[in-house]
Amino acid sequence: MATIVPFGPQHPVLPEPLHLKLVLEDEIVKEALPTLGYVHRGLETLASIRDMDQMVQIVERVCGICSCIHAHTYCMCIEGLMGIEVPQRADFLRVIWSELHRMHSHLLWLGLLADAFGMESMFMHAWRIRERVMDVMEATAGNRVIISVNKIGGVRRDMSPEQLRWVLQVVDELETELDKIKAVLTNDYSVKKRTVGVGVLTYQQAYELGAAGPQLRGSGVAQDMRMTGYGAYKYIDFAPVVEKDGDSWARTMVRFRELYQSIDIVRQLIAKIPDGEIAAKVKGKPTGEIVCRSEQPRGELMYYVRATGDKYLDRVRIRTPTFANVPPLLAMLPGCEMADVPIIALSIDPCISCTER
Amino acid sequence: MAFETMNLVKGQLSSEVLALKNKGYRFVTMTCVDLGDSFDLLYHFDLDLKLTHLRLNVAKADRVVPSISGIYFAALVIENETQDHFGITFDGLALDFGGHFYLEEEVKKFPFCKFTVNKAESAGEGA
Amino acid sequence: MFDMTATVLRNFLSKTHTRLYPFQVRETFENVRGNLDIRIEECIMCGMCQKKCPSQCITVNKEAKTWEVDPYSCVYCGICVDHCPTDCLFMHSEHRKPARIKENNQQIQLKGPEKKKKAQE
Repeated sequence: MATIVPFGPQHPVLPEPLHLKLVLEDEIVKEALPTLGYVHRGLETLASIRDMDQMVQIVERVCGICSCIHAHTYCMCIEGLMGIEVPQRADFLRVIWSELHRMHSHLLWLGLLADAFGMESMFMHAWRIRERVMDVMEATAGNRVIISVNKIGGVRRDMSPEQLRWVLQVVDELETELDKIKAVLTNDYSVKKRTVGVGVLTYQQAYELGAAGPQLRGSGVAQDMRMTGYGAYKYIDFAPVVEKDGDSWARTMVRFRELYQSIDIVRQLIAKIPDGEIAAKVKGKPTGEIVCRSEQPRGELMYYVRATGDKYLDRVRIRTPTFANVPPLLAMLPGCEMADVPIIALSIDPCISCTER
Repeated sequence: MAFETMNLVKGQLSSEVLALKNKGYRFVTMTCVDLGDSFDLLYHFDLDLKLTHLRLNVAKADRVVPSISGIYFAALVIENETQDHFGITFDGLALDFGGHFYLEEEVKKFPFCKFTVNKAESAGEGA
Repeated sequence: MFDMTATVLRNFLSKTHTRLYPFQVRETFENVRGNLDIRIEECIMCGMCQKKCPSQCITVNKEAKTWEVDPYSCVYCGICVDHCPTDCLFMHSEHRKPARIKENNQQIQLKGPEKKKKAQE
């Protein structure tokens, strides 16, 4: 006999409200139905009452954790429409902050996952390491999470050579700390017991269901929007992190290896950063339509902007990565055990306020 | 950096989307734009980091569009969202929330539209 | 086993990783956007900060010569500071202390900048 068990919106492992109706047969999930709308704010419509400079701060609030990347992508759209050439130094600084955001997001997620499978000490350690990244952000940008450094045409703050050297130092410390966690994470029996083979998403499924980011790469698809070379990524040498298995363990490993990748990218950026201006002059109003994509910690982010030369933008549409990862989640759940649902739900790194905007 | 789109009429949609799927495209998302007297539905597909766009113009008077969630299951989230925000009905939606995906029952109008449409009235048209 | 004993001993003997907050407060970094404030004597009441604010937390009243910020809707982005023509807005690097009652930071201008005022009129 089928039983329906509600999962969420309030659940110890969920940082944000997502509700799943789980249809169970004994302990096995047969079907999962999502209910969204707990944090729907309609930020896209705000474009019709706030001008395009104020929208930078609004799109940052779509998702706190990847705020810098949201603002970066939005600015890329407007700059593309108006044909503004962003100074190279600004591009580099934007990407440095983006990579710092990726690191702190992945560490936050790692902590949450550790908490979900009951390894509280790793949760504490991941968040302790994350605090170093937050310090960097506070010192260089002025705020800890929503750093508001992007503006149309460039960035609002510069980093001094001393600050850049300090960032390198912090990044080195991070690497040693991560090595310590790595030993625990990769060799622990209980971690593997909870994640290996749980929530398998095959290559075919991931591709057809439009998964994004670590979900896609965890299933063996080598697709990373940073490969398109937006911002300063065209000057950087890197390859997307790919795992073959497509289970929760593979997704964990993708994110963990991306931490090292981000450290490497930050080092390359700081070695190559040119001197010069940090913002270009902006004049006039944009017209036309544009689509810009970038890579968030959670995956591919897409912005569509339509402007008619008016004071306000006509339409801003934001496709966030978790939005794309909801259908794969629904495909992963049937067939798993009730006890694995929290791990699977968390392994897509759900960001519900992103999804609903 | 404006992009090129392929303009479609309603009857072509399913066959074009199916053709793209067979070529190995990944569904990215759909965008609905309110143009004042009609809607533009933009379908975005990705292959090897390159985007392809399909554009479907929907008149304000008839807001029924065939759903592509049968071809790309991933489209069901965005189609439900568009149904909430713009009051466009998708025919053959795999999992239909009936315009209450994000919004509560007491919401009586479509919040993203520039003109106001009554929810009850549109439900009558859709049926 | 020996590994663990060593770790346990080390944890007993080493310093704590956390701070005893109210008694021990972390130093803030330079140029942190902690709290918005104004040097009211220098303000020319142009209302630029009110216009540029993304969260609309600033109210400038030209007649009553008051400048008011709602710190609970301020998002601490510092856009107003960037756009202020007289540089009279600034950010404290200390964050606001917890409070029991929500109060706006209202400043009344008793004496404005005389020279600049003439130039305006």
